[in-house]
Amino acid sequence: MAAVTPILPGDAGEAPAAGAPARPGRPARRRVWRGVVLIVAAAYFLVPMGASFWFTVHSEQQGFSLSTYAEILSAEGFAASMLLSLALAAATIAVVLALTLPALLAVRLGAPRLRPVLEVVCTLPLVVPPITFVTGISTVLRWGPDYLAATPFWATLIAIQDETFPVVLVMAYVVLALPFVHRSLDAGLRAVDVRTLVEAARNLGASWPHVMFRVIIPNLRPAIASASFLTLALVLGEYTVAALLGYQTFPVWIVTVSGANGRLSVAVSILSLLITWLLLLVLSGAGTKRKDA
Amino acid sequence: MMVSLTGDPGETGETGRAAAASGGRRARVRGGRNRPGSWPAAVPLLAFTAVAFGIPAVALLLGAFTVRDPETRLSSFSTANVAGSLQGAYLNTLVSSVQLSAVVALLGAVLGTFLAQAVVTSRFRALRETVLTASGVLANFGGVPLAFTWVATLGNSGVLTQAFGLDAHGWSLYTFWGLAVVYLYFSVPLMVLVMVPALDGLKAQWREAASNSGATAWQYWRHVGVPVLTPSLLGGTVLLFGGAFAAYATAKAMVGSTVPLVTLQIADALTGDVLIGHENIALALSLDMIIVAALVMAVYLPLQRRSGRWLR
Repeated sequence: MAAVTPILPGDAGEAPAAGAPARPGRPARRRVWRGVVLIVAAAYFLVPMGASFWFTVHSEQQGFSLSTYAEILSAEGFAASMLLSLALAAATIAVVLALTLPALLAVRLGAPRLRPVLEVVCTLPLVVPPITFVTGISTVLRWGPDYLAATPFWATLIAIQDETFPVVLVMAYVVLALPFVHRSLDAGLRAVDVRTLVEAARNLGASWPHVMFRVIIPNLRPAIASASFLTLALVLGEYTVAALLGYQTFPVWIVTVSGANGRLSVAVSILSLLITWLLLLVLSGAGTKRKDA
Repeated sequence: MMVSLTGDPGETGETGRAAAASGGRRARVRGGRNRPGSWPAAVPLLAFTAVAFGIPAVALLLGAFTVRDPETRLSSFSTANVAGSLQGAYLNTLVSSVQLSAVVALLGAVLGTFLAQAVVTSRFRALRETVLTASGVLANFGGVPLAFTWVATLGNSGVLTQAFGLDAHGWSLYTFWGLAVVYLYFSVPLMVLVMVPALDGLKAQWREAASNSGATAWQYWRHVGVPVLTPSLLGGTVLLFGGAFAAYATAKAMVGSTVPLVTLQIADALTGDVLIGHENIALALSLDMIIVAALVMAVYLPLQRRSGRWLR
């Protein structure tokens, strides 16, 4: 059924050219094609959700049962991979904010000529597909034994690949998150008169750390929250880099477990979707509320 | 990384440059006298990207043009990798990836535009809010969970496949078109996000002026509507292309390697599944990908600026 969905709206596609502009005359026809488009879209987007939920709760032998979801928590590797992903996310958020916020403030306050540089630097990761990025990273890591074995860099290279907490993944994720964090923070800074705030605070004798933590960050809270949520969603869902560098993060674990237990992997997928969506809904909810206020 | 460029693509264009210009002026007037430069605060970020992004990029570039002799273990400059990556099976994967991305981009653009138009012309505000929020979420939805959701629905033992006996009719999710259907799941919402502001920007007065001057509906769309929308349409299409082209996790979790795709090929080559002496072919293929992606972005950025002109 979903196989034909892409074609259906295409058929309805003749309608808007003829129907939509006839605003005064033929509302009925417009309503019909609009209904068709919306129903087809709803079917295409909702059916996989429903079907995959049914897949996890129904089986020929046992009938209806939620036991698959109960299995998740005790499944081997679930807790470890989830904890690793969460720890990576926390580290990534901290690093990316600590790097981006001062840079953007600097651009606002006294170095506008750096703005295009920052924009390019923060857009580049979008041009480079993650798979090519990880190719580059693994090339560098493979250089180690060849060129660096006798230098202090060698120890560093080993240290950042530690299995229990791979710093190299944090570095990669910071790069991947840069475009989104830059966009959120830049939009946030645009809405606040940073210069006046900083000058007022400095004239009143506030120290720089005080200005940063008591004046600027509170004013940017929505932007910082949205940047953090996006980064969290990104890290929790990232598969490519972790899989190819050989770390068992949460998405990698889902793929690993799918070989042995298909039902479980679908159940975990649904759960991780719900978590990500909740995060993003909270985010968009927070955004609209602030706009109304 | 499927968290795509979902934000408002029109925003950064001219407003950004205007703000940069006025910022610069202000700095000269107010800050120019005795303010020490604040640029050192930007140094950590630039240094970090130079290390975390620059070094891998340089390594990729160098490696793509290096071959290592399996016997002497000596490396030398060569274009053999790049030439090899544009031949035979490797070229196939690249072409197949471009085809899949083009199909997804075109279908996604058309379907997303109609969905956006349906939402924009609807009188129900709640519907509009729902579709926009859902699009924002779904456009960011890719990777592993997406693949498994579809496998459970239309895979070999998927719910719908079993219920309707689709496999008997020759249906398989693990094909080119199967992947296209799945990729549309995040591409259509992305197009909706791009097109809703653009369609909102079509002013009612333009339509009224056209029909007062005796234009038919067709003429209105032919001479007013579509030309104004063209930059957004093309920009959105390019965005969808880029997203589908770079997608790896979904394809990997879903089809393994039954559909030749350049991302899957790179991963295979990277994990050692290649002939001796071809280790750097992954780097050359990556370079090919970056060039395609860069060309696509080179089309997108000027378009984004143009679309800002009419749609304010």
